[in-house]
Amino acid sequence: MSKGKTMLAIGACVLVLACLLWFLNALFLPKYMSEIPEGALIREYYEEETDHRILFVGDCEIYENFSPDTFWTEYGLTTYYRGSAQQLIWQSYYLLEEMLEHETPDVVCFNVLSMKYDTPQNEAYNRMSIDGMKLSKHKLGSIKASMTEEETMLSYLVPLLRYHSRWSEIGREDWEYLFRRDIVSDSGYLMNVHVKPVETIPDAKPLADYAFSDVCWDYLERMRLLCVEKGVSFVLIKAPSLWPYWYDEWDDQIVRYAEEHGLAYVNLLDHVEEIGIDWNTDTYDGGLHLNVYGAEKAAKWFGAWLTERFDLADLRRAESFSSPEEAERVNRVWTEKHEAYEARKARLEAEYASK
Amino acid sequence: MEDLLEILNEIAPDVDFSAEKALIDDKILTSIDIITLVAEISDVFGVDVPPEELVPENFNSADALWAMIQRLDEE
Amino acid sequence: MSFATAGFVAFFAALFLLYYAIPKKHQWKLLLAGSLVFYWFAGWRCLVFIGVTALSTWFAARKIETLAASQTEALKAEEARRKEAGDPLTKEERKARKAAAKKVRWRWALGCMLLNFGILAVMKYTGFLLSIVGVSFRGFAAVMGISFYTFQSMGYLIDVYWGKVPAERNFARFALFVTFFPQLIQGPISRYGDLAKSLYAEHGWNNRTIGRGALRVIWGFAKKLIIADRLAIPLKILTQKPDLYTGWNVALVIVLYAAELYADFTGGIDITIGCANMLGIDVAENFNRPFFSKNTAEYWRRWHITMGTWFRDYVFYPLSTAKGMLRLHKACSAKFGGFGKKITVYLTTLLLWFVTGVWHGAAWNFIVWGLLNGIVILVSQELEPLYARFHGRFPRLKPSKAYGIFEIVRTFLLMSLIRVFDVYRDVPLTFRQIGTIVTGGTAVRFGELGLSSADWIIAGIGIAALYAASFLNVREPARDRLVRRPFLAWAGATALIVLIIVFGIYGIGYDSTAFIYNQF
Repeated sequence: MSKGKTMLAIGACVLVLACLLWFLNALFLPKYMSEIPEGALIREYYEEETDHRILFVGDCEIYENFSPDTFWTEYGLTTYYRGSAQQLIWQSYYLLEEMLEHETPDVVCFNVLSMKYDTPQNEAYNRMSIDGMKLSKHKLGSIKASMTEEETMLSYLVPLLRYHSRWSEIGREDWEYLFRRDIVSDSGYLMNVHVKPVETIPDAKPLADYAFSDVCWDYLERMRLLCVEKGVSFVLIKAPSLWPYWYDEWDDQIVRYAEEHGLAYVNLLDHVEEIGIDWNTDTYDGGLHLNVYGAEKAAKWFGAWLTERFDLADLRRAESFSSPEEAERVNRVWTEKHEAYEARKARLEAEYASK
Repeated sequence: MEDLLEILNEIAPDVDFSAEKALIDDKILTSIDIITLVAEISDVFGVDVPPEELVPENFNSADALWAMIQRLDEE
Repeated sequence: MSFATAGFVAFFAALFLLYYAIPKKHQWKLLLAGSLVFYWFAGWRCLVFIGVTALSTWFAARKIETLAASQTEALKAEEARRKEAGDPLTKEERKARKAAAKKVRWRWALGCMLLNFGILAVMKYTGFLLSIVGVSFRGFAAVMGISFYTFQSMGYLIDVYWGKVPAERNFARFALFVTFFPQLIQGPISRYGDLAKSLYAEHGWNNRTIGRGALRVIWGFAKKLIIADRLAIPLKILTQKPDLYTGWNVALVIVLYAAELYADFTGGIDITIGCANMLGIDVAENFNRPFFSKNTAEYWRRWHITMGTWFRDYVFYPLSTAKGMLRLHKACSAKFGGFGKKITVYLTTLLLWFVTGVWHGAAWNFIVWGLLNGIVILVSQELEPLYARFHGRFPRLKPSKAYGIFEIVRTFLLMSLIRVFDVYRDVPLTFRQIGTIVTGGTAVRFGELGLSSADWIIAGIGIAALYAASFLNVREPARDRLVRRPFLAWAGATALIVLIIVFGIYGIGYDSTAFIYNQF
């Protein structure tokens, strides 16, 4: 074989190999459709058809405690909730960095619980936060900050190297969702209609040291500065989840930080009565997260809180837009979202009732 | 030469040493056979075979062995 | 750097491309640079050690060769002088002068060997030796490949001393022989006379050679990652708490370890030789279907071949032909007759296997392992007349296929039984565990050994594939036949790479329970 032919053969072989690996990559990636839908959340952001006036970023206390539908129907506000299980602060930072490249909201809300985690915690949770991101410098930053000792950059760039051991578990779901996904969330909000009243919350043990670590303060500051740079209002919140325990000492530090930098901070746990949360009906896991009924109440209250403090336009009114076509488009999209939300709620309630 | 054949026959009785030309290459003599052979050669002929001589060229046939013994005696 | 890493693949890919891009006369220099880079990843301390060995050996070998030349000259001159003077040199005088000259050269060889074997002994065996006298010492950090490169260099030195091979006068070229990177991890131990033929030559791009080498490398990775690393999982469980796994579990260990070690070792060698072949360099084979051996002696001609031949040529033969040993033989046969003739043979054989055991590792179980092998070889040697009589009585048994299979299975089981000292690490424990095969022990629960049934099936298919490959390779390695049909070769290589990526044991295993969101 001549040199040229050899080169061609090598090239063809590499191409075939690359195609096979690309296909296997898509096949082996967990789809998170039937089990653990939390893993599917991060990538759904890219499906959004409109911008959002308010972005929420953080962990599960973000995407399970506020209903985007209520924000729309009560205040005409478009919201998105980008988070994953036990999302770490730097992961939130890089996601925020990515989102702010695409759009400029009025407000960014960050749930401060993740200030307590200053080191990489769990490889699986890392995956759920990072795998869904498109390849970008933000993703690379998140990978580098998140990797535990046993992880490698290569396995993030080629997830097949991480998930190849799933070969014995490849099932219908993997083939069905090879190149598409169902949308499991509503604007990033993960709905749950179950009811499990709060029974007992264990007493929180006192800690030796309540100070948040420098790493977390650093990323918090970076988020704040990023928002300043983009002309976005940065709001700190503590969502109304009863556990993990939110110590007063932690709360004080956040209050001081907010005062220092002129930021708004609200701890919704302090306003549980106003919000109207009933711990018997509004949580699905005994107080860790609100169910949809609680989330709607929380959204209603928080929406009011936000509109009081910030100049937020009601997007159901045509005057909020520069062009009538845009007004019509956005309203159409969000009306569809509303219908999808109602449909999902009805379906889930029917399933729950039949159990 | 006869003494040598006697030694060889004692080590490996089933082999026709007058005819075989590939004692090492065909693995007819094992390494244990070889060192036994060397010890006997030292006893009988007073010639100490140094290890660098333990190569197929010298051990593949009885004739080669005899040539080696005579050469070493001279040197 | 170990083989089964992305780092090694990247390193080799880069080296390979450069190798065929640069002018051919510089290829060996690139190999030297590459080997040093490879070794540098093991730590710069290691480079110092290998440097000392390379330098001392190169220097001593040159000195010995120079001495030999000058001594021969001097002897010739004296011979001519004495002849002229009418008083020619007698045979005894000539022999005496030659012996004296050899002694001088020997001192250089001995010095170099003491230095290098000394370094090996200190680095590898200090901890063990101190533990014998009750001192606990963790031992020095391992120097990558020290057992292999020391032996390879000393083999060269002895070859030069024996006049079998010319000394390499160029230090850089010699350094390449010592540090040639594919061999640094697990051998094979090359002879200078063999390796030098292709190591320094100019190599042009040859599709067949490179293709064969590449196929071999991929096959090696498959063996390591799919079979060896997979079997290592149950082996670890079975041997970490030996009391829980007795009886048939020990039998399982014996068989699994045979398969795992074979796949891992031959896989690594395949990668080594395959890489060398891809660079146009020929390296001696280290395995030749060892589990098809019919007796222990044959097994050791087929398993870890280069180690066996090294110990034979540089330990066994020199030991048995040493003047002291020959005198002892004479004395013993005089005193004890026929039996006395065997004493030195036994002594040398056991010494050989003692040293072989020690080379494998600094622990008692390796020494026992070595000695057991020696004992088995001597016993089967002694039983030969008995066998001959038995086969005389049943002449049709020996050439029959069934008997052949019996011999193969017997040898496999015996060798695998002895080999298990490797894996339990503690000598009395090993004996106890083996005992429970007969006396009975705990039940074997395949489901609790760390592998799912799907994994066991893959392991089984892998072992079957190894078998099939053995048979396919009898007349000619399958990859040689494969490269003659390029399309099949490409398809095969691609398929195998995909299989390695999917079924290989590497990375973090998928455990779906870890993903379930859990707040408490």
